[in-house]
Amino acid sequence: MGLTAAEGERIAALLDTQADKLTASWTDAVAAPLRGRLTRAELQRQVQDLHRAIVEALRAGAFDLTDERSADLRATLVELSRGRARQGFTASETAVTVFGLKQALFDVVDVRGGDAQVLADLLAVGQVIDDLGLFTFETYAKAREGLIADQAEQLLELATPVVKLWEGVVAIPLVGTLDSARAQVVMERLLETLVETGSPYAIIDITGVPAVDTQVAQHILKTVVAARLMGAECIISGIRPQIAQTIVALGIEFGDIATKATLADALRHALRLIEATRKARSN
Amino acid sequence: MTTDVGLGEPQLVTIAADEDVVRVRQLVRTVAVAAKLSLVDQTKLVTAASELARNTLVYGGGGGAEVTVVDSGRRKGIRIVFADDGPGIADLDLALTDGYTTGGGLGLGLSGARRLVDEFDIDTAAGRGTRITVTKWAR
Repeated sequence: MGLTAAEGERIAALLDTQADKLTASWTDAVAAPLRGRLTRAELQRQVQDLHRAIVEALRAGAFDLTDERSADLRATLVELSRGRARQGFTASETAVTVFGLKQALFDVVDVRGGDAQVLADLLAVGQVIDDLGLFTFETYAKAREGLIADQAEQLLELATPVVKLWEGVVAIPLVGTLDSARAQVVMERLLETLVETGSPYAIIDITGVPAVDTQVAQHILKTVVAARLMGAECIISGIRPQIAQTIVALGIEFGDIATKATLADALRHALRLIEATRKARSN
Repeated sequence: MTTDVGLGEPQLVTIAADEDVVRVRQLVRTVAVAAKLSLVDQTKLVTAASELARNTLVYGGGGGAEVTVVDSGRRKGIRIVFADDGPGIADLDLALTDGYTTGGGLGLGLSGARRLVDEFDIDTAAGRGTRITVTKWAR
């Protein structure tokens, strides 16, 4: 960033001499684009925190955002951008909180006085603010990515319920894309439920899976084999005409695994098998 | 997702991660619906695209897919080009054999995709990357 100690000191002084006027003007600059989605008091507090952190970092010595003397300032910026990201503000609405300082400086500092020193300092502080803004932007992006990853994980949990359909029959309705991560969750859930309920039959319903490619098929086949190892039989249901034709063209073989067009067919099939076993036992 | 299917305007998807395979699938489905492919043909094309996009990612080390609506004069179709700069395929006949895989899959992706589309063209050699062009025509 390249501010000399003298520059840092002068800028800190510049920011500090009219602190109240500056933060008020800064708050105004930030408040306008946010259009009342944050209270003025809250904005004022954030701006004051930021102002204090910047001045302290400048006073601490030669100014650089990566410097350990700027740790407090970084923490303040991170907190700010994470908060904005969580509250659903856009990247520019977040960055404007930092860039508002530029506007405020021009309002407060007498630029027309033509003092070369002041102008040079303003340019230098402009650089500093740009760097702060970039840092805020990056942190914001990271926070958003984190949010998306969290949501993807939650979705993973949400989208794979195993339901008990009948005594001895559980079903797992698959919806959406069956990638490796979800396939793993599906398999684990199904096997756990088989143990918990002691069910001999499991129905894997793929009505909600838009396309069955070789990867999806392979995941399903593995799940069926794993269930078999535990003594349970799987029935695959929800095979619509277009899926059936695609599976044939692809050359996927489901072997001796029972497949049905609808969940109702699959349940009927399972109940028939249960009935047959019961009769065979009583004879 | 864009639903604009202007004739001859290719839509590009970069394939660099698992999510991109899903994006290719969604784009192909949108375009296939807009080009009025039947439900069976939509599903076949989407599945073929899914296989080839995953091959581009897994074996080609990433690349891109280019989806274009084409017109033969009599009917509309969709052309997808999958290209990567990966190691290429040394023995194409072997790679197109059902059940042959080097990656632990079912070994049906490439050969199956060929059966799912109307036209299938593959341009590859060891060390030169792979370029696969598939076309599905509306009936």
